[in-house]
This record gives sequence, structure tokens and C-alpha cells, in this order.
Amino acid sequence: MNFTPAGYSLLPVVPEIVLAVGAMLLLMLGAYRGQRVTSLVVALAVCLLILTGALELWLPAGKLVTFGGSFVVDSYARFLKVLALVGSATTLLLSLEFLGDQSRRIFEYAILILISTTGMMVLISAGDLIMLYLGLELMSLALYVVAASNRDNVKSTEAGLKYFVLGALSSGMLLYGMSLIYGFTGTVGFAGIAAAAKSGSIGVAFGIVFLLAGLCFKVSAVPFHMWTPDVYEGAPTPVTAFFASAPKVAAMAVFVRVALTAFPNIVHEWQQIVVFVSIASMALGSFAAIGQRNIKRLMAYSSIGHMGFALVGLAAGTAEGVQGVVLYLAIYVAMTLGSFAVILTMKRNGQPTEQVSDFAGLSRTNPVLAFFFAMLLFSLAGVPPLAGFFAKFYVFTAAIKAGLFTLSVIGVLTSVVGAFYYLNIVKVMYFDEPAGAVDPMRVELRTVLAVAGIFNLLFVAYPGPLVSAATAAAKSLF
Amino acid sequence: MTIGLGHYLAVAATLFTLGILGIFLNRKNVIVILMSIELILLAVNINLVAFSSFLHDIVGQIFALLVLTVAAAEAAIGLAVLVVYFRNRGSIAVEDINMMKG
Repeated sequence: MNFTPAGYSLLPVVPEIVLAVGAMLLLMLGAYRGQRVTSLVVALAVCLLILTGALELWLPAGKLVTFGGSFVVDSYARFLKVLALVGSATTLLLSLEFLGDQSRRIFEYAILILISTTGMMVLISAGDLIMLYLGLELMSLALYVVAASNRDNVKSTEAGLKYFVLGALSSGMLLYGMSLIYGFTGTVGFAGIAAAAKSGSIGVAFGIVFLLAGLCFKVSAVPFHMWTPDVYEGAPTPVTAFFASAPKVAAMAVFVRVALTAFPNIVHEWQQIVVFVSIASMALGSFAAIGQRNIKRLMAYSSIGHMGFALVGLAAGTAEGVQGVVLYLAIYVAMTLGSFAVILTMKRNGQPTEQVSDFAGLSRTNPVLAFFFAMLLFSLAGVPPLAGFFAKFYVFTAAIKAGLFTLSVIGVLTSVVGAFYYLNIVKVMYFDEPAGAVDPMRVELRTVLAVAGIFNLLFVAYPGPLVSAATAAAKSLF
Repeated sequence: MTIGLGHYLAVAATLFTLGILGIFLNRKNVIVILMSIELILLAVNINLVAFSSFLHDIVGQIFALLVLTVAAAEAAIGLAVLVVYFRNRGSIAVEDINMMKG
């Protein structure tokens, strides 16, 4: 008897299976050997993520579909999964110091990140609403716990609680939207929904609004961004770095996939929503960050703004726009992780400092660090010839070709406003009186910063491989 | 009067709205918020099962079972985070969750 009928091959899910089983084995290792093996668990977790990425690339090329269409592996999924895996692995490296502290040797931290990454991979490959929901919850449930992982700290637990309440509310709205879409189209598969969704159906329109509201929450786009600054500030800094990178990639990936593969025939019904959300996010991300004194809150508003820019590419709704989104995510992850490597380094006498004023005079006490951070900030602001400029260039080109002139003009204007607070940090680093020397930089932070910084500087010289991969990824959605 | 799909959807919509209001208008404690979240998920389940029955399609009921399972996991994690928070803060009143603002 054959238990795997046609269309139910396990091959496309091999990377997810390896990651999930590996996470459970590491959990066993930690449970039996205790907190002593924390660094071993983290090292093995990084190896596991690399192995998963290799398996993902090893899968046969082309579009693989399994579980009756609910799990899709195409170039788009491959690109973004590898990006999410890179984000998670880098976060684990950034967390080594946090986990090295005697009172916080929690090996569960690495396991939770692995489980959350499994959720992201399922999410990126989702081909129907059920898989989307399960992936999203697997990712989010682990994230709620990681946010509260510094469990003796009232700020960290408050961040976890806030994230949980608002996250559960958003997945409730997402589910309500899904139930309406299921009811009014009669199917949960994206392909079936695309065939059945007719323009003018009030039920489907309501469903799309609720579904997009839930997804906007996960990418922290305005008006569902309220949790972002508080959670970013309260969570331990390596966790904040994680929140800003891999989950954003996965959520944005599924946002684009749902919009373009489930509702390609009723683009005008979701396009207005995406345009509004994008403009609101870009504006809030630029203006609200100006008054921030805490660097983690500032990075929260920065990530809200960047998600707004990425959504510009989706609003265009073309293959070029998707290519822009994919490239934006890749460059955004590099910039953010590099910046967080710097923020994690900012310690004086072993005490972490989180205020913008603590960067004062960094150029004199630590010129190399200051130079790399300044380059990353210029890149986040979108100054040519750094990578951040090209990220914005691709999405705005796509938007202009799709005729979204107002959106593009507002986007460029808000990016100018946003440059103010990035350049303000550069000014603090280069022109203010030094605030004392910072502790020496750990080797893993140095590596992450060097790789991110060099990627940023050299993207202009060798954009070819990344751009062609992004083009292939975008084509596979259409 | 026969009870049609519209009635089920109306009940679900009412429960959903009550759940949302319960989260936003609640001035007491976080447990009420957890109950409101359960209410929202149950409203979704009524929707799914009603649609499933009227469409003669089993997928909606499978979806509802999965939602139930995830809701249980979600409640467990919510309570765990709440307990950790209570140990630090000594209170679960909604107005006390205010360490960070801005």
C-alpha cells in the first residue's frame, strides 16, 4: 500500500523536517545535560540552520508543490527562506554574549529561535490559508516567549505580554478574514481563491481587509504598529535584532504571496489598502523617530518606515515591484543586523547603554566602529552609492512604472525626513564630546559588522548575483 | 423561520465584535483580555463550521479543529507569560502595564 499518493511527496518539506527534528533533538540534549551545554546548543543550532539552508538549495530546481497545493517551493520561497535562515543564524551569533551571562544560560532560547524559524519557512512556502495560519502561529508563539526570555526583568516580561496580547488580537482578525474568504470563495487554496474571487463580492472584500490587517500587524505597518516600539525597547537587545530581521522577512514574504497569488484578479481592491498603509508607515517611521532618544526605539520606528518602503514595491503589483521588495528585504536585513551588532557593542564597564547620546565621540574613541556604523546609517537613510539607496531605487522605479506617482513622491519626501535622524546619530558620533571608551568588541559582533558593512559598501560594484536571484524569485510568482 | 447561513454569520460577527470590544474597553485585568481572545477565536470557528456545512465542504471543519488546537497552545503561552510578568510586577491590572511609553 502506498501512503504517499501523487501530490503528497515529502521531498519539498525535507528542510523543514530536518529543522524541526533537529530543534527537538537539541531540546533533548539541553534537557538531559542542563544549562552547562548552552553554548554547545547554540553552536549546533547555527550549524543546523546552515544545513537547512544547504538542503533548501539542494532541492531540485523549479516549482515544487506538495500536500495538495498547500506547500509551494519556488525560487521566491528559496530566496526568502535562505534570507530568513541567514537572519536567524546571525541573531544566534549576536546572542552569544547575552547567553554567556551566568544568570541567563538559557539553552531554550536557541530552541525557540529554531522553532520560530521553522514557522517562518512554512509561512514563506504557504500555498493555502491553513498553512499560512499554522506557519504564522508557529513563528509568533515562539516569538512571544523569546520576547520575555529575560524573565527576571520587568521590561522584558512586559514586552512579552504586550506582544502576546496584540499578536493574539491580530491573528484573531487574520483568522476572521480567512473564514470570510473561505466562505465566499468556497476554498482555502490560493490558486482556487484566485479563480473564484470575483470583483465586487462584499464578503471577499471584508475578508481581504481583515486578512491584510492581520498581516500588517506582523510586518509592523501603520496603523498596526503600536506594539513595535515597546517590544523593541523592552526585549533583550539580541531578541530585538531578531524581531527586526527574520520574522519581518517571512511576514513580508507571505504578504506579497497572498496578495499576488490569491487575489491577482482583484488588484484594485487591495492596492488602495497597501498604498495607504505604505504611505502611513513611511510617514510615521520618519517623523516619530525624530524625537526618540533610545536607540532601540529609534530602530523600531526605522523598521516601521522600512516596511513602508518595501510595501511600495507590492503596491506596484508587478514582477518588477516584487523584485524590488525581495531586494529591499535582503538589503534591509544586512543593514539592520549590522546596526544591531554595533548597538550590542555599546557597553561601558559591562553595562549596556541604549541612549543615542551614548554614541557621542565614538569616532575618536573607536574610529573603525564609528566608520562602519556611519556607513550603515547612511545606507539606512538611502544615500548613494550604498546598498540602501539601491533598495529604495528598485521599489520606486517599479512604483513609477506602475503609475503610482503620488506614492513615489511621498516616499522620496519621507525618506529625506527620515535621513535627519540617521544623520543625527552620525553627527553625535563625529562632532560631540566623547562620552568615554566603550568595552572591546567581541569577535562574533566584529565579524557580523564587517560582513554587513562590506556588503553595504560593495553592493554597488557587484549587484549582479543578488539582483538576478531577486529577478528569478519575482518571476516565479507570476 | 428557518435558520440560515446569515444567522450563523450574525452570531459570529456579534461574538467577534464583543471580543474586540472586550480587549479595548477592558480596564480591569489581563485575564479578561485572554478570555476576549478566546471569544474571537470561537467566533471564527462558528464562521468556519457554518460555511463548511452550507458549502458541503469538509475543509472548513478541519480548519476549525486546527484553530482549536492552536488556540489552546496560545492560551498556554499567554498564561505563562502572564505568570512571569506577575512575578516581576506584582499586578496584572491593565493600567499597570505601563513601564514603556512614547
